[in-house]
Amino acid sequence: MKPVNNLNDRGNKIEQWRELGLLSFILLLSVGVQLRNPAFLTVDNLMTLLTHTAILGILAVGMMLVLVTGGIDLSIGSTIALSGMITAITVSTYSQLPALIALLEGTLIGCGVGMVIGLLIARYEILPIIATLGMMNVVRGLTYVISGGRWISSYQMPTQFKRIATGDILGVNNLVIIAIIIHLIAAYFIRHTRTGRRLYAVGSNPEAALVSGLPKRRLIFLAYTIMGSLSGLAGVLWVARFASAQGDTAVGYELQVIAACVLGGVSVSGGVGRLSGLLLGTILLGMLNNALPLIKVSPFWQMGIQGVTMLGAVIMNVLVRRRTERMAMRKRPV
Amino acid sequence: MENSQQAYNIEITRKRGLVDRIFQWETLLGLLLLLVIVVNTAISPYFLSIRNLINTPSVFLDKSFLVFPMILTMVLGGIDVSVGSTVALSAVIMAVSYNAGLPMEFAILLCLLIGTVCGMINGGVLVKFHELSPVIVTVSTMIIFRGIAYIILGDQASSGFPKWFSFFGWGSVGGAPFLLWMFILASFFFGILLHKTTFGRKVYGIGSNRIACRYSAIEIDKITFIVFALNGLMAGVTAVFLTSRMGSTRPNVALGYELEVITMVALGGVSTTGGVGKISGPILSVFIIGYLSYGMGLANIQAPVVLVVIGSLLVLSVLASKTKLWKW
Repeated sequence: MKPVNNLNDRGNKIEQWRELGLLSFILLLSVGVQLRNPAFLTVDNLMTLLTHTAILGILAVGMMLVLVTGGIDLSIGSTIALSGMITAITVSTYSQLPALIALLEGTLIGCGVGMVIGLLIARYEILPIIATLGMMNVVRGLTYVISGGRWISSYQMPTQFKRIATGDILGVNNLVIIAIIIHLIAAYFIRHTRTGRRLYAVGSNPEAALVSGLPKRRLIFLAYTIMGSLSGLAGVLWVARFASAQGDTAVGYELQVIAACVLGGVSVSGGVGRLSGLLLGTILLGMLNNALPLIKVSPFWQMGIQGVTMLGAVIMNVLVRRRTERMAMRKRPV
Repeated sequence: MENSQQAYNIEITRKRGLVDRIFQWETLLGLLLLLVIVVNTAISPYFLSIRNLINTPSVFLDKSFLVFPMILTMVLGGIDVSVGSTVALSAVIMAVSYNAGLPMEFAILLCLLIGTVCGMINGGVLVKFHELSPVIVTVSTMIIFRGIAYIILGDQASSGFPKWFSFFGWGSVGGAPFLLWMFILASFFFGILLHKTTFGRKVYGIGSNRIACRYSAIEIDKITFIVFALNGLMAGVTAVFLTSRMGSTRPNVALGYELEVITMVALGGVSTTGGVGKISGPILSVFIIGYLSYGMGLANIQAPVVLVVIGSLLVLSVLASKTKLWKW
């Protein structure tokens, strides 16, 4: 899409600078970690890093769409647990079930949860934070109720199910491939479809979008449905990867996903977010998770470090935005 | 949305007749409370005695102190999801500093101070970067505060408080739990603050029309800062009572308190978009949710089901307030 006006043009330029900064930060961090522990920059470890980050990357795409509409979804950790648990129970009962059906089942469950949330937020105009905070607990509780407090562990799952996450195509782990496919679809959806552009329109100026006749409610509903479906899919992948489904699977994972988004420059007030930035943000967060243990940072520090990175990134976004606007004002023809 | 919100506010402040008064939200809440008590009595015949009704609240009143500043925050149009983490951080620092040799009295003061500082950090960031929504700021500080608690204490627990410290959570004065007295005191304090002071009126003003308030020279920044600092202070108070009741503390205490507190406030009829709400509604809903979870405990219902019930209550109460039940 061609930039429409000066401000947008400049905004894009600033965003590119921002992403360049993020990239150089990632490189600097890799060099630093590499100096402390030579095991970091090896093909093996980098593949592990990507495999670990794949699920985060899948979820980040959905979360970006939700954030772009000006919402937020805190319920995805619970959705992951629910879809993972139900799928795990299914495959442990019917061990002949093809892996594809299992993936589909999880995605549909997530889709259902997402639709309920979307309905609450789009149709009944409940604040996203309230609706998803409530649903987070409802869904988490349901997971416990359905599982009866039991765990589904590795030996109960058929090998072909576990192969979803451990298998590879041409040496690249399936999870990474799924994540790449989803990113490609998202890139097409966001840039080249009418619905994708409209999502941004609704997020950047809700009133204008409504006045110009955009189906605001349906678009918001769609964003949460996509988010739910992706978390359902991620739930199956999660369970296949860790070969265990528990009631407290992925507790608090939503915060990591939101952190990846804001690191990648997605604005939490809606309308702004690029896939390239999102990818960098996801990788940076994945690196923090992977590299900190390598340089022997206590796991108890990780939460604090993540939080500070997240707050820092949000504040950084605001500062960048302010600067952009100030510069645009200065360049304005008198 | 902006327009409908304003129309809604005007409707609320209009003078109401007797019928409207009967069908207002608080009356419904009162009936709901009665219903909960009746059901509880049906489950356990021992439930309905004055002594039990007065003593049970100390089971759930510790977190209720968070409800008051949350009312202010939500009337202001904001939200604070970091309160649970603030409780954990201030409780952990209190316990660690006591075990490091600080006298308990000062440790308690330190706990309140830490809570307030946490709240001031939230408020400060929000005021300095007014583009940011309270959701994202408090979500980040929620991770940070609990993260710091983990850095300090790891997965250990800290205990060994002096004997008199348990009075806060377990003691009773004049036949009622100390907690209940403190709750009543806090209710009066915040009730007066919200409904009888210019500060309270300004909070409503900012919640219902921020721009008009800016043009009327109301100090939006100062009030936002104070409200979030109050959140932190009351989180410190909660930390004292909670630690006193449990006798020890860990970095994962008060997990999910923000959900229960926000549920209580939303069920109490405080609008989540700001400007609407009274202090009496949330006070009633503290007891509704408290007796409800207590009753489900009596009926031997598992904790996950309680989770489902509280989550649905939050969603349903906001839904109900949107559809305006009292306007049949």
